[in-house]
Amino acid sequence: MLIALYIMLGLALLLGAVLGYAALKFKVEGDPLIARIDAILPQTQCGQCGYPGCKPYATAIANGEADINQCPPGGDEGVHALADLMGMEYKPLNAEHGETKPKAVAFIEEDLCIGCTLCIQACPVDAILGAAKHMHTIVASECTGCELCVAPCPVDCITMETIEETPDNWKWKYPTIPIKPVINL
Amino acid sequence: MSKVLIALVPGIIVYAWLFGGGILITLALATATALITEAMMLKLRKRPVQPFLSDYSAIITAWLLALAIPPLAPWWLIVVGTAFAIIIAKQLYGGLGYNPFNPAMIGYAVLLISFPVIMTKWPAALSLAQTQLSFMDQFHYIFSSTLPMNVSIDAVTSATPLDYLKTQLKLNQSMTTIQSAPIFGVLGSKGSEWIALAYLAGGVFLWQQRIITWHLPIAFLGSIAAISGVFWLIDSTQFANPLFHLFSGASILGAFFILTDPISGPTTPKGKLYFAAGAGLITYLVRIYGGYPDGVAFAVIFMNICVPLIDMYTQPRVFGHQK
Amino acid sequence: MNAPINIAGLLKKTKDVFRFHGGVHPPENKAQSTQLPIGKLPMPEKLVLPLRQHIGNIPKIKVAIGDHVLKGQLIAEAEGAVSAAIHAPTSGVISAIGEAIIPHPSGLPDHCITITTDGKESWAERYPQDWRNADITTLIGSLRLSGIVGLGGATFPTQIKLGSGKAAIHTLIINAAECEPYITCDDMLMREYHAEIVHGITIVQRLIGASNIIIGIEDNKPEAIKAMRAATTNTAIQVKMVPTLYPSGDARRLVHLVLGQEVPHDKRSTEVGIQVFNVATVLALYRYFEFGEPALSRVVSMTGNVKQPQNFEVLFGTPLVDLVKAAGGAKADTSNFIMGGPMMGFNLPSDNVPITKAANCIIAASPTLFEPPPPAMPCIRCARCADACPVNLQPQELYWFAKSDNFEKAHEYNLFDCIECGACSYVCPSDIPLVQYYRYAKSEIIALDKAKEAADIARERNEFRLARIEREKQERAAKHAARAQGAKSTEAPNESPAVTDKQAAIAAAIARAKAQKTSDEAAAPKNISNISDATKAEIAEIDARRAAAGLTEQVTNRQPNVDDKDKQAKIAAAIARAKAQKAEANASTVSKDVPAKQPVIDAEKQAKIDAAIERAKTLKSAAATPPTNDLNAKPVADLEKQAKIEAAIARAKAQKAAALKAKEDQSKE
Repeated sequence: MLIALYIMLGLALLLGAVLGYAALKFKVEGDPLIARIDAILPQTQCGQCGYPGCKPYATAIANGEADINQCPPGGDEGVHALADLMGMEYKPLNAEHGETKPKAVAFIEEDLCIGCTLCIQACPVDAILGAAKHMHTIVASECTGCELCVAPCPVDCITMETIEETPDNWKWKYPTIPIKPVINL
Repeated sequence: MSKVLIALVPGIIVYAWLFGGGILITLALATATALITEAMMLKLRKRPVQPFLSDYSAIITAWLLALAIPPLAPWWLIVVGTAFAIIIAKQLYGGLGYNPFNPAMIGYAVLLISFPVIMTKWPAALSLAQTQLSFMDQFHYIFSSTLPMNVSIDAVTSATPLDYLKTQLKLNQSMTTIQSAPIFGVLGSKGSEWIALAYLAGGVFLWQQRIITWHLPIAFLGSIAAISGVFWLIDSTQFANPLFHLFSGASILGAFFILTDPISGPTTPKGKLYFAAGAGLITYLVRIYGGYPDGVAFAVIFMNICVPLIDMYTQPRVFGHQK
Repeated sequence: MNAPINIAGLLKKTKDVFRFHGGVHPPENKAQSTQLPIGKLPMPEKLVLPLRQHIGNIPKIKVAIGDHVLKGQLIAEAEGAVSAAIHAPTSGVISAIGEAIIPHPSGLPDHCITITTDGKESWAERYPQDWRNADITTLIGSLRLSGIVGLGGATFPTQIKLGSGKAAIHTLIINAAECEPYITCDDMLMREYHAEIVHGITIVQRLIGASNIIIGIEDNKPEAIKAMRAATTNTAIQVKMVPTLYPSGDARRLVHLVLGQEVPHDKRSTEVGIQVFNVATVLALYRYFEFGEPALSRVVSMTGNVKQPQNFEVLFGTPLVDLVKAAGGAKADTSNFIMGGPMMGFNLPSDNVPITKAANCIIAASPTLFEPPPPAMPCIRCARCADACPVNLQPQELYWFAKSDNFEKAHEYNLFDCIECGACSYVCPSDIPLVQYYRYAKSEIIALDKAKEAADIARERNEFRLARIEREKQERAAKHAARAQGAKSTEAPNESPAVTDKQAAIAAAIARAKAQKTSDEAAAPKNISNISDATKAEIAEIDARRAAAGLTEQVTNRQPNVDDKDKQAKIAAAIARAKAQKAEANASTVSKDVPAKQPVIDAEKQAKIDAAIERAKTLKSAAATPPTNDLNAKPVADLEKQAKIEAAIARAKAQKAAALKAKEDQSKE
């Protein structure tokens, strides 16, 4: 009886020591959670989630203050990725925060622009160039399509233009097996 | 896949020659059951029926199962086995290309576990049986389990050599005495050794046609030969020689027709070697130490489980990569 | 699948060839188009030159509509490191610059320059070069103006291949394998231009300094082999016969075939001292250096379902219809045209596309020539694709991953080593379009990577912006402090710390009171504008106070060591904190008090925007009369910015509040 107890005790101590050692030895230096969430978010910085940017939203998710389905630009895939990361159930995008739209960039109708700089203030990624009383223009390659510049414009000269498919950004499509081969001449 | 069926034909002919036409009835029953259940399941799953039926995969499953069970088993046995193989082991997993286990072997294992008595009652080769059943007698027996008057069931059945070997060894009979029993032939068991040779011919045909590669059959048979050889060399009074193991039971059928099912098997050349060697080892162990006379079905099913792992660890070196 | 047996036999004849794994041997179909010599086309009425004819940046257009151009004149100039120039293939007038249909698998139009030809073929000035003696760097540099790209189909700008000499090139391999069925343009080139090709090889040898030169030709081109052997007698150039096994013409496969050396997957062959050039490219280089002729035309195999298959020397930009006409026209049952070979080519969107630098072969297809593939069956993991894969990939696994969008895993199984040769699809007994799946997965992965990169840039820019705003705030604070300091030194008497403390306490109290007030008032979301007004007032007040007297600013704080800047920053921070608290209080009131029927978020936003505009306007006007002793113009902008930032914060807060409210509404329901 006593021997069995000693054995169990000894085993417990040994295994405990092994576990303790392993915990130190194989410690995973993972990214902090916020950075990992932030890496999934599309960095549109549009604020549709209700937070002033992607990082604040990531922080809110990490703190359990925000839900994972508040990011329309991230789309369904984004929610899936967040659900995976957070170990949560997937849920469809919350419609209150808007819908997923095709990627677009802002475009300034340069004849109408009065040079008020309001859009420059609004742009979260400094993708608008211009000076007071001078025409502004958008650096399309830096524009995230957040639409934050559209509302402040007093003369409504900013429109969102959907990015069109060109041979440059064209992607091979998922193969569909034709029911009947289409012959075109 | 029609070539696989063609490759089975010589074996079937020899089978019918040696054991009577009953096997043809079983094959017909199995084929009909397979086609009907497959069509039914495809309909239920809203898949096109015609292309899937005309690829013969269901018929191969049916034939392999029919060839694996005793030929004079009652008609419902093959029907139940085939239906289980097609419905549960194949279609419920997603149909052709998605089944993780060899459907025929699942059907076989289910029958063996559920109906062990019928499944181990093998008819003796016609030349050995005290009474020879005609084709019509066999037909009647399969469908109504009635034998002609004055014929007892023991008169038409006999133990299989693998079974006989196991039971006699337990009775402390010597190997030479056991092997001098009439059911033993030159290579394996009298009669079925010729069927095995016919299967071998079919297998070589498949290899020549590049339907299968050499890896699986060679590794499987090699593994059985090697391990049985080791045991035999250690104690030839207790263990049968490698040739006996190669030509008994389902060794040859398994090597060329069952293991080579691509869907549930590994895809890398090295993986095929591991898979078949493992299956050979398990087959032998079941034969010697297991409760069932033959172990090919269990070996294949067990190795099927390991396929993803085997494939993952045997990825070949890609061109321009260091291993 | 009989290929391996064939090869074993062939290897005995050509012992210095090293086999690669897999490969297939489809019907060659090359005899049809080698019956006639390389033909010429009548001058087309117009030439359509896509700007995108090579890998890399789109070149810059150097002409305008209406310009008259001469044959060989530069009309678009290489832009950036990886790019190629485009020249007028003949003389004529630029009649259009704009979108036109191009030969691309997408079938989408792209930028093109259209030349209406004048039929005179009047040449621009040509500058042959003394390639035997001239400086090598100058020669390679001049290639930027040549427009020459790899003519085997990859269309990689040649000047880069010659110029990127990281490692010394010891071996030059001339790719004349031409392994794809139907294509015969290189075969015909070698038969007819073997001397010129050898000259070209000598030029390339001089440029890259290779000592070992091998021409690799598949053994199904005996005439070409004979011609090249004859042309290379008494030279150091070896002609190696490689077995006919698709895809032996792939550069890495060919290197392995002739040298027995695998180019590492993550390196270009140049990095291991081997350079591969296509025969047609070598010929183009010869013409450029010897005669000063830039890339204007190429030899194209026009074959398949046409009356008289033949190879033609075709000016770039020639419409496909003209080429088809020259080959006797397409037979009646022609269904479409394929550019490239049947294994790797793609269907052309129309017969009106121009011939480009990449077009080595055009096949007129018909249902009898290329049976439409039967519907694909499920993969049965037979691994025949793995046996056929020249890269030794596991196509069946890649197919699973690509099909289920498991891109990470596909990447892990070396999807990007796939050369899309189509050998797997060719042998697949289930007729699965495997390569299509790989192309899909590849382009998805590339798109995802691009999106990721864009997101990273956006994150960086956003963080930079926030940092900048913060810095500007601090600088502003510092400036104020400095100004206050100046004021103090002139007029302000010292004040005791006690007074300062009191002052601070008063300020805090005011702030608190204000916060209380606004939050009390806050009943509807409209109040958000109230906050801002209050904020504005507060800023003004604080500024006024601060300016009105260095008196008040005389803050020798609890921490005597801290300088004014720090203090200022702290004050700013305190203000910000107070504001935040206020806003939060406000927000909570909003969410509590607002009945469910209150205006929706859109209306809220609208209101906010209106408020913002108004605010901006008022601020601007306010700025016109700068508060107290802000004498220079800059503070105007600063004030405006400040207001804007605050507005943005307020907006964000309001949004948060709205969200909160919405949630509460929901929970209420």
